[in-house]
Amino acid sequence: MGVEVRVEGLTKSFGSQLIWGDVSLTLPAGEICVMLGPSGTGKSVFLKTLIGLLKPDKGHVYIEGTDIATCSERELYDVRRLFGVLFQDGAMFGSMNLYDNVAFPLREHTKKSESDIRSIVMEKMEMVGLVGAEKKLPGEISGGMRKRAGLARALVLDPQILLVDEPDSGLDPVRTSFLNQVMIDLNEAFSPTFLIVTHDVNTARTVPDNIGMLYHRHLAMFGPREMLLSSEEPVVRQFLNAQMVGPIGMSEEKDADELAAEAGQELPPLPPIPIQQLPSSGMLRPTQREPGAWCREHGITPPPGSFATATVGAR
Amino acid sequence: MTVSATAPLKQAGSLFAFALDTGRATFRRPFQVKEFLQQAWFVASVTIIPTALVAIPFGAVIALQVGGLIKQFGAQAFTGSAAVLAVVREASPIATALLIAGAGGSAICADLGSRKIREELDAMMVLGIDPIQRLVVPRVLATMLVAFFLNGFVSVVGVMGGYVFNVVLQDGTPGSYIASFTALAHLPDLWQGQAKALVFGAIAAIVASYKGCNAGGGPKGVGDAVNQSVVITFMLLFVANFSMTAIYFQLVPPKGA
Repeated sequence: MGVEVRVEGLTKSFGSQLIWGDVSLTLPAGEICVMLGPSGTGKSVFLKTLIGLLKPDKGHVYIEGTDIATCSERELYDVRRLFGVLFQDGAMFGSMNLYDNVAFPLREHTKKSESDIRSIVMEKMEMVGLVGAEKKLPGEISGGMRKRAGLARALVLDPQILLVDEPDSGLDPVRTSFLNQVMIDLNEAFSPTFLIVTHDVNTARTVPDNIGMLYHRHLAMFGPREMLLSSEEPVVRQFLNAQMVGPIGMSEEKDADELAAEAGQELPPLPPIPIQQLPSSGMLRPTQREPGAWCREHGITPPPGSFATATVGAR
Repeated sequence: MTVSATAPLKQAGSLFAFALDTGRATFRRPFQVKEFLQQAWFVASVTIIPTALVAIPFGAVIALQVGGLIKQFGAQAFTGSAAVLAVVREASPIATALLIAGAGGSAICADLGSRKIREELDAMMVLGIDPIQRLVVPRVLATMLVAFFLNGFVSVVGVMGGYVFNVVLQDGTPGSYIASFTALAHLPDLWQGQAKALVFGAIAAIVASYKGCNAGGGPKGVGDAVNQSVVITFMLLFVANFSMTAIYFQLVPPKGA
């Protein structure tokens, strides 16, 4: 079962430049969360702060009672065993082949025999579809394979929390969908808590249980997917629907003149909320909610056409 | 980027902190024997040939300088002694250090720097492994070991180069060259040369590792880091060399003084 991550008042700046301030949210145990945001809003920094690779200026990150922001180096190394992290380019060790890369955490942290290690490694390699590529060096394979190998390595110690940095950067849409499917199936099987950092709108709309959005040096919104997908909040709405009308500009936020020019423009209607990508079994994951449940509970009418093919159990 | 007045101090401070971390991690088990041997072999392989090629002319230049000077004083009998003194005490550790920093240090910095920008070091930390213990300590110890042996090598080659130059080209007498070896020099000179080589090796490897582990900003960042590491190492080497020489003369007075 996954582990809850509670973030309170987190603030980080580099020098005098504030990256984001006062971020508070809770990643619910066993659920899939996505952190969105325009380029350069410190999404990756946020992810690195959660694992203690970067120290926040203020605030706390609680994981099973340990505060990552203030704990000792030793505690940090212990807490990190709960984590699996997939870095942007996979971060495979260039001097080892894929097999040794995936086996690395097992050899370092467990006293398992080589044959046990072999069976675990091969199981994870199969999970990400890399059987047959064990002997290859990271430099010899494509970016997509490196990412999948990185995922296999992140999984090998059965993490309770999986942090994934831009699984879709540099991947074609088909491979992205496959990778998303792998993550959803993993969540169904082992229920680790997921945090996926991305700016791919399609992933954000179809994969997670919860969505958060970093914008303009703060957390604009965090909550269940249906809350954000039905939100009228200009920033969230603009980003989740990849529109040009709204407060986000090309470089940073738009200035007053640009916003004034847009004042009369009619926002296009909210597109329908798609159904969530289901695990390969076709069943709802343990932490997945029925389509439309949140909207019903909160008396919100989803945009017309939402959950159109939402017959649970069929695909 | 704004550059504040305290930036150099911060750099110096974090370099020192990094050196302390490395020192502490040296005694943490398990020691990475395999990495240590690989790195020692690697550093040796990139430094031995350039060092030999530098050492021969180095010995010759010293013989030329000292030989000329000593002739003016009319003390040709001491040529050998003076050359040995110059080579063993100063020239050899410095030549060793320059090559260790230039060839070994830059390679270490480039290697760690490219791992840093590929997020390999972050991945390692996340997997619960301290890169300082795992990667930096073996490199620092390997560089020190190689520097130690390289210094002995340079001393021998330098003295031989001086001998050949003095005897063959300057018409010195072989007997007096060799006989005067111990007139001014004594064994502690060799020990201090070796001690210097160890310290210089440590400085070169620590600066290179520090710069590599803090590289940023893509491939260009790695290039910058390598460049800076070599420059910083050279500056530190000459300061360290001066201090060690001064301390040595206080501890062990020169022969006959």
